[in-house]
Amino acid sequence: MTLAADALRTTTHPAAHALASEGLNTHAGALPARRPGPTNSEPKAVRIAIITVALLFLGLFIALPLISVFYEAFKRGWLAYVAALVEPDALAAIRLTLLVAGISVVANVTFGLVAAWAIAKFEFPGKSLLITLIDLPFSVSPVVAGLVYVLLFGSQGLFAAYLQAWDIKIIFALPGIVLATLFVTFPFVARELIPLMQEQGTAEEEAAASLGASGLSIFFRVTLPNVKWALLYGVLLCNARAMGEFGAVSVVSGHIRGLTNTMPLHIEILYNEYQFVASFAVASLLALLALVTLIAKTLLEARLVEDAQ
Amino acid sequence: MVTAAIPRPLRRPRSVIPGFGITLGLTLTWLSVIVLLPLSALFIKTSEITLERFIAIVTSTRTLHALQVSFGLSLAAACVNLVFGVIVVWALVRYDFPFRRVVDAIIDIPFALPTAVAGIALTSLYAENGWVGSLLAPLGIKVAFTELGILVALIFIGLPFVVRTVQPVLADLDAELEEASASLGASRGQTVWRVVLPSVIPALLTGFALAFARAVGEYGSVIFIAGNLPGQTEIAPLLIVIRLEEFRYADATAIATVMLLASFVLLLVINRLQRWSETRSART
Repeated sequence: MTLAADALRTTTHPAAHALASEGLNTHAGALPARRPGPTNSEPKAVRIAIITVALLFLGLFIALPLISVFYEAFKRGWLAYVAALVEPDALAAIRLTLLVAGISVVANVTFGLVAAWAIAKFEFPGKSLLITLIDLPFSVSPVVAGLVYVLLFGSQGLFAAYLQAWDIKIIFALPGIVLATLFVTFPFVARELIPLMQEQGTAEEEAAASLGASGLSIFFRVTLPNVKWALLYGVLLCNARAMGEFGAVSVVSGHIRGLTNTMPLHIEILYNEYQFVASFAVASLLALLALVTLIAKTLLEARLVEDAQ
Repeated sequence: MVTAAIPRPLRRPRSVIPGFGITLGLTLTWLSVIVLLPLSALFIKTSEITLERFIAIVTSTRTLHALQVSFGLSLAAACVNLVFGVIVVWALVRYDFPFRRVVDAIIDIPFALPTAVAGIALTSLYAENGWVGSLLAPLGIKVAFTELGILVALIFIGLPFVVRTVQPVLADLDAELEEASASLGASRGQTVWRVVLPSVIPALLTGFALAFARAVGEYGSVIFIAGNLPGQTEIAPLLIVIRLEEFRYADATAIATVMLLASFVLLLVINRLQRWSETRSART
């Protein structure tokens, strides 16, 4: 089932998907298990051994950390948990995180649709290079992503003189956090849309255009309905990354409590102050977000196949 | 600076669909503002450092050690993920067991869980009083705040790359090939080694390279569990942050340039591997 979407994604532009980084790619195994036939299966003992090793490894490295987040958060009971979340600095961090994620989702949806329109509906030289460049932020270390903005807008940055003259603050302020988040989430929506829209071709749009539809009406009435699930999928991944980004934001934020601390940065501060319950309480919200994202992603994958057909 | 990046449309495509100029223009502008201009700032700042200075920074003991920790442990973590990733994929694709769907879904948790959350969770698990750490302590094994801790974090974040790259290839593999091999008298071991393995090797290497590339740049999940002792458990991304906090911009910039170049090289390698993987699976 997922294979159709998958094959589609990989055949359209391999390079773009190479760096499937945060991709949460649709490689998920919604495939039915192949019932091992008599000639091509391992002895029962080997099978049990392989399954046991796999489950132990996943349990130790993946399930246990996730469970421990909630365990540590509720260690001192509900009251301590809630107290950690309604504390003013925590609320400020939650508000800031929601604001930054909201901005980056809106920006990336706009960019993703515009870029996918140009790339999927037209032929032009340098297209595959452009796709590679859009995917580039996936391969850059988050710390480097934050650093480049400090080099541009920091006190010794390339634009420092202008920013000082106009009294504009970017680094250690909201704009810097937004920019760093935009950088790391840059490919998320675009790379969900581009392969799908390439696969869908231009026939429907051409038909609409020849019937006299305007560009915007083609977009809203033909193209957008065709890619809605992929768009939603991209939004989901973009939002999860934007809310959880740590490295890039940490470099540009300045860690000012109540002002420039996002949720991940607030978690770090609390943890370093040995306020473990509070730290894990805030972390549990992000872990919950991750779980919701995964569940929604699983549900969406079936829809994505519909889009592709 | 920004507008310079908008090229004139090279050839007006003969298309009835409108909007080529404006969408391509906006795409290139936005790409330049958010990605290309900032990345070029790194190279501009690096070019302001003299070559001797650059070499001195990059080859200083502390920097070299941080790079060694980042690259060495990323390689080790990718190797661990390669081995266990294959076992996990094999179990998921070939066998049926209770809660297989759920197990399959949780593979993506390292993708979805914010790195800072993973970092504190792993640290509390592997600290000496943690669930896992307290079991290992009597054996004299310390994980948190040692190289081993960094390895654990890098294994965590890298695993899905191997699994999700190999899984579709193994699932797609034609069962008839294995049946043919068996009917020609090959043992099960021979079939797996000589028929199955060669078909999944490109995907394995791609997954390995993706896991490695991700681990090299990783910051959030590592810094909590690492201990961060200079010359021992200090990773390169952390050293960049430290230099930045000390206002030693040249140092931060030089190390970042090395990291960025390394990720460009890895990107190229991964693209090559991916293409190889596709031609291979197209043939079978």
